[in-house]
Amino acid sequence: MSDAATAIAAPQPRGRFADVWRQFKSHRGAVAGMVVLGALVLFVFAGPLIWRVDPTFVNPDAVEMMKSRNKPPSLAAPLGTDQLGRDMLARLMAGGQVSLAVGLVAMMISIFIGSTIGVMAGYFRRLDGPLMRMTDLFLSLPLLPLLLVMMMLFRDSLAGAFGPEAGAFILIVSAIGVTSWMQSARIVRGEVLALKEREFVLAARSIGTTPTAMILRHVLPNVVSPIMVAATLGIAAAIITESALSFLGLGFPPDFPTWGRLLYDGVQYMQLYPERVIWPGLAISLTVLSVNYIGDGLRDALDPRIRGR
Amino acid sequence: MLTYALRRLLLSIPTLLFISLVIFFLVDLAPGSPASEIPLTVPAEVRVKILEAMGVNDPVHVRYLLWLKQFFWVEPLHMIDGWFGTTFSEGMQRIISYQSRSPVMDIIAERIPQTLIVIGTAYLVAILIALPIGIYSAYRQYSWFDQIGTFVSMVGYSVPTFFTGVLFIVIFAVTLGWFPQIYDTTHEVTDWDSFLYQVRQMAMPVMVLGLFNAAEISRYMRSSTLENLNQDYVRTARAKGVSERSVVLKHVLRNSLIPVVTVIAIGIPTIFGGAIITESVFKINGIGGALIGAIHANDLPMVQTLTFIFAILIVVFNLIADLLYGLLDPRIRYE
Repeated sequence: MSDAATAIAAPQPRGRFADVWRQFKSHRGAVAGMVVLGALVLFVFAGPLIWRVDPTFVNPDAVEMMKSRNKPPSLAAPLGTDQLGRDMLARLMAGGQVSLAVGLVAMMISIFIGSTIGVMAGYFRRLDGPLMRMTDLFLSLPLLPLLLVMMMLFRDSLAGAFGPEAGAFILIVSAIGVTSWMQSARIVRGEVLALKEREFVLAARSIGTTPTAMILRHVLPNVVSPIMVAATLGIAAAIITESALSFLGLGFPPDFPTWGRLLYDGVQYMQLYPERVIWPGLAISLTVLSVNYIGDGLRDALDPRIRGR
Repeated sequence: MLTYALRRLLLSIPTLLFISLVIFFLVDLAPGSPASEIPLTVPAEVRVKILEAMGVNDPVHVRYLLWLKQFFWVEPLHMIDGWFGTTFSEGMQRIISYQSRSPVMDIIAERIPQTLIVIGTAYLVAILIALPIGIYSAYRQYSWFDQIGTFVSMVGYSVPTFFTGVLFIVIFAVTLGWFPQIYDTTHEVTDWDSFLYQVRQMAMPVMVLGLFNAAEISRYMRSSTLENLNQDYVRTARAKGVSERSVVLKHVLRNSLIPVVTVIAIGIPTIFGGAIITESVFKINGIGGALIGAIHANDLPMVQTLTFIFAILIVVFNLIADLLYGLLDPRIRYE
């Protein structure tokens, strides 16, 4: 068979995913964001496999510990050591794992609450009013002060129940999730309202589809795109919020590294060792920037009005 | 329009009451007690009396109602007394801070000028930078200016203020020594030199907050201008020979400012929240700093009052934004 024949015989219909991917690839910022984020994730999760230094290791021998403090970058410690002689590179990796995990989990909670409320409000007319009033109420709460208050209130009780690190993680993740779902709820509600008027929903209803099946089979798959965009941008927002809380001293406990906590610890020493604030700050900024670019690219790629061109 | 404004105003009362309820009860759960702030040398029976006088032992709903009364009745009366020398609020109990035992509102009144000066200047600077950049990068879409502008605003929007602040301190205060590292709240402007010092110490916080807000506003301005540049009325204006300058700066600018103005109005309360971080970076003694200090010291009345003030700001500016939208855009009619 010749090449020409196969070309005619198989005008492969491009799938939705391939279409989206093609559009996404043409967004230079988004591709760069993917590369940078990929490199950061690799650094944070694969790095500790190569650089096997314990980030929390403080030399038990007091003399050795004093000698190992505040070292400038060297072969033994490429980014130097901190005021207790802990390796900064290892701390940066460990901190990144926590920061990225917080971003992901908080985003999932926020998206879950947001899309549940959005679908409920859009689909059931009776729930629309109360749920949207509640969303408005949440939007007029002063979020950062309330987050700070929540950290102050529940830190000790959760630390008692789950241990200081796990308690702080659960608290931060759920506090961020509970205070950041409003935008996605509004977006999803709007999409669902428009979707409800479409013929295929009418058709599904006329053959007696139950509301549960309707939402799961017909509504949710069609609102995935806006949810994905909101989710991507949500990761960035959650990472920033976590670092801000840690930076204000109300995040993770002191000897537990996260990027925000490292930055906060570095501020005291920034006159002598400015690199100690620059590395974690740079890591936060690069992550957020690349995630925001990916979100931008996704939004363009998932928008059928733009994608056709 | 007037009925709409009145209805919104009335609706915001239950909203605020509900928010105050949430804030009060949430903060009231705090594990810290005002008793921990009383020195241990105070005898036990005196301690009990102090706590009683502070009203700590009352049930929570009594304290909530009392706080509401103090916030909405006693404090305004006290303010009126301060202005006109009357004695309406004589003998009434004001909201007292656990930390300093002085009225919360007095502390806030002391702190608010610092916050307003820095934040107000920063927001003005942000608007002044953002509008021209947004307009020009929309006018020359996909030009190098637009590309750089979009990139810079993306960076400005993504890099958190606590990092830019610290970075600026390292660069401008530690390395170059141009600006003081810490904001001196007690500094008074009396002559030219002290004014220059004030400008220098304000430069970094204003730059940090200003850049962050400018990034956001210029994105809105750009997309709003882009939307208007493709409208029919622009083509009509060009076709009848209106100069390019007045097409952009009169026709397009006025129309594209409508959504941006509301964005600016909605943004004002959020920058008060964001200022909490900037104030703690530069050690500015404003209301954000007061909130952080009160949280660390378990000063519940202070935290409740400040958080509620933030909530009032949000509700009021949302209302203002909605009304402005109706006033500026004749296509929008409120019933």
